[in-house]
Amino acid sequence: MRVSNKLKLVLLRLLQAVPALFGIVLVSFLLTRALPGDPAVYFAGPMADEQSIAEIRQQMGLDRPLPLQFFSYIGDLLQGELGQSISTGQPVLTELASRLPASLELTLFALLLSLLVALPLGILAATRPNSWVDHLCRVVVTAGVSLPTFFTGLLLLYIFYFLLGWAPSPMGRLDFAYLPPETVTGSFVIDALLAGDPETARAAFAQLLLPAITLGLFTLAPIARMTRAALIQVLEGEFIRTARAAGLARRKVLYRYGLRNAILPVITTLGMVFSFALGANVLVEKVFAWPGIGSFAVEALVVSDYAAVQGFVLCMAVLFVLLNLLIDVIYTLVDPRVRMES
Amino acid sequence: MTQTASTPASAAGAQASGWRQARYLLAENPVSAMAFVLFALILLLALFGPWLVPYDPLATYAGEPLQAPSAAHWFGTDNLGRDVFSRVVVATRLDLSIALVAVALSFVFGSALGAMAGYYGGWIDRLSGRLLDTIMAFPLFVLAMGIVAAAGNTVENIVYATAIINLPFYARMARAEVNVRRNAGFVQAARLSGNSDWRILALHIFPNTLPPMMVQISLNMGWAILNAAGLSFIGLGVRPPTPEWGIMVAEGANFIISGEWWLVVFPGAALVLAVFTFNLLGDGLRDLVDPQRRT
Repeated sequence: MRVSNKLKLVLLRLLQAVPALFGIVLVSFLLTRALPGDPAVYFAGPMADEQSIAEIRQQMGLDRPLPLQFFSYIGDLLQGELGQSISTGQPVLTELASRLPASLELTLFALLLSLLVALPLGILAATRPNSWVDHLCRVVVTAGVSLPTFFTGLLLLYIFYFLLGWAPSPMGRLDFAYLPPETVTGSFVIDALLAGDPETARAAFAQLLLPAITLGLFTLAPIARMTRAALIQVLEGEFIRTARAAGLARRKVLYRYGLRNAILPVITTLGMVFSFALGANVLVEKVFAWPGIGSFAVEALVVSDYAAVQGFVLCMAVLFVLLNLLIDVIYTLVDPRVRMES
Repeated sequence: MTQTASTPASAAGAQASGWRQARYLLAENPVSAMAFVLFALILLLALFGPWLVPYDPLATYAGEPLQAPSAAHWFGTDNLGRDVFSRVVVATRLDLSIALVAVALSFVFGSALGAMAGYYGGWIDRLSGRLLDTIMAFPLFVLAMGIVAAAGNTVENIVYATAIINLPFYARMARAEVNVRRNAGFVQAARLSGNSDWRILALHIFPNTLPPMMVQISLNMGWAILNAAGLSFIGLGVRPPTPEWGIMVAEGANFIISGEWWLVVFPGAALVLAVFTFNLLGDGLRDLVDPQRRT
């Protein structure tokens, strides 16, 4: 009974993502049609005359009414047709697919890193108000929201690459001396370990560490702040006082009763954190020459390769919706109260 | 608070006590006081920067490229021999105006949209909710990139893109603040004495939403500055010879791995200081406006 109820809620949540996806597709359609000037003139190239522009317009279906164009745009998307990248000559979808693993490896590792630091920091700060941990937490949170990622990245590079010489040069995912491992998961570190090549795994990890710390510092702040605030609020609750009065162990009260309730608002903030992380990802990739979809989009922007940029925006938005969906599903499964609300 | 604000007779008294409270809070909280001082400094540099700097920010002195900070060039010189200090100071105005105009636009349009949605409810509320959800369905910085790429690579479009991605925050706040006051006593009194809906919304309800909005504006300024600088860092909007913090960091990035740190550190530090100031200012204003949320 209980399980099927949760399953129903999860399915309902999946359905609720449909309008968001529709909105994203609509906006990205409008963005492709809002190209500076006339898209047909743009795609015909600088040498085109009146007649070839008209031909291109007809070929692209730009002479048809907008709603019809929108339907054929959806049709193209369903077939994975995102247009050609002008700078590389490849289909945009192929380019994005080949670069997505690099971005995912960086973003997910950075999030893992910031969760590993932010959660304990928030918990310690909440349980020891006005101690040095609390002050540290406040400093980290304030600095984290004020530091631009591209600036932190460059500072870290200067310190750990130029001054100390600990970090490898910021030239992508793997030094030229190593061969990329066979693709299994898409993460160089994990793939190299799976292939039984610890030396390559170590080299890939060294490349990954600095960009991941840069991105992690940025996402750390909201998570730590929310953990602290939520836990303080929960610990003031009457059920915690009751649990304490009943003589439950401190540890049990904190983790079983306190944290389980405080973690819910933290999971909700993760949605916002993902939004920040995916945006900051673009900047970090540019700083560290990380060959992901972010640096692909930046290169495309420089040469006005619009199809590539729109494909990137669409790809990021879909990724964001999927991540949010994942968060909501986890929330539904974790929160004991959701069951009653239905 | 709503009561004192709506009776003109006690307004003067409320204002005096407001000042006293502000002075008390500033003395109590030196960090906020520092934020106000920094804010004044930034404002000063934005207004008078071009007349205060020792060198022309665009003039190149080919004889002295990439010099480390010294008495003559406080922040050193860049690869074209331009004075970094002058460029950092002069850039204040551009960075601040981009953020200010963007935040003003999203405040005006966002709060108008949100206030109507909160007051009338119904289809306006549903439609605006859908619109905001669609904006929020994108990672915001990525959406800004897409908008600038589609609309054209200019400074104005950076402003519009930043305004659009900040719109939801104002609209949601205005909606919530208006919604709770929609049937408050003073609103019903105004309605009974024959005021039109628009008049009630504009003159009775909206002024009450301003205090939390001001906090939001201040916190949002920092975020808008970061966003605009991030966009120009990846080559959108501001064109190279123009001094602007984001693009200066981008130009200096090529030199950081060979050790010329001052090209990145000074414009970056100016950026951090500006963002930090607005964040602290927002926290200070929140203390002033909402004593319950003081930390």
